[in-house]
Amino acid sequence: MSARRTCDCSADTRTLLACSGASNVGQITNDVAKELDAAGEARFFCLAGVGGHVGGMIESVRGASQVVVLDGCPVACARKTMEAAGLTNYEYVVVTDLGVEKTHNFNLAADDLARTRAAVRAKLGPAACKP
Amino acid sequence: MKKIQVLGTGCPKCRKLAENAEAAAKAAGIEYSLEKVTSINDIMKFGVMLTPALAVDGVVKVCGKVPGVDEIRAILS
Repeated sequence: MSARRTCDCSADTRTLLACSGASNVGQITNDVAKELDAAGEARFFCLAGVGGHVGGMIESVRGASQVVVLDGCPVACARKTMEAAGLTNYEYVVVTDLGVEKTHNFNLAADDLARTRAAVRAKLGPAACKP
Repeated sequence: MKKIQVLGTGCPKCRKLAENAEAAAKAAGIEYSLEKVTSINDIMKFGVMLTPALAVDGVVKVCGKVPGVDEIRAILS
């Protein structure tokens, strides 16, 4: 919870979880999630907390108005982490499905970032708060 | 005794959750303590990133919404 969100009770709760893996496509998920959080379009949430079965984090994801999960590649670590925590209600984006080849080059291409950003935006619904 | 904790910095939704939790505990006829956790740092110790939230005996049960009295009563029982 960042300083600009002293209370999330009335905030938009659209949530992004990224695999943030050790490849270009994994880091693209991370960068796009950071960008969209910074732009106020969704909030970037900690997938490691879900994987670590931190109860409050799992319930925070469950309580979000919308969840978009970003995986870099078909290994689908983020999706498997969600499912292991019993979280199944989410939209899903895989970066390699967008035509980005998986490499170990961390100099991320602007075009790949833009393509992923657009795909995530297309999944994000309108801002909504739960009552 | 059930330890009920309402996590939130004190906005109207947090206050409503505390009211509902108290009403639910009274309706259930249980012994309870009700604590309002308002410090961001203390809230984060629960792993909660979305408030208001409700914890019972240290376990987070609900995040990001205000459950009704009946729902909370079911959680408490």
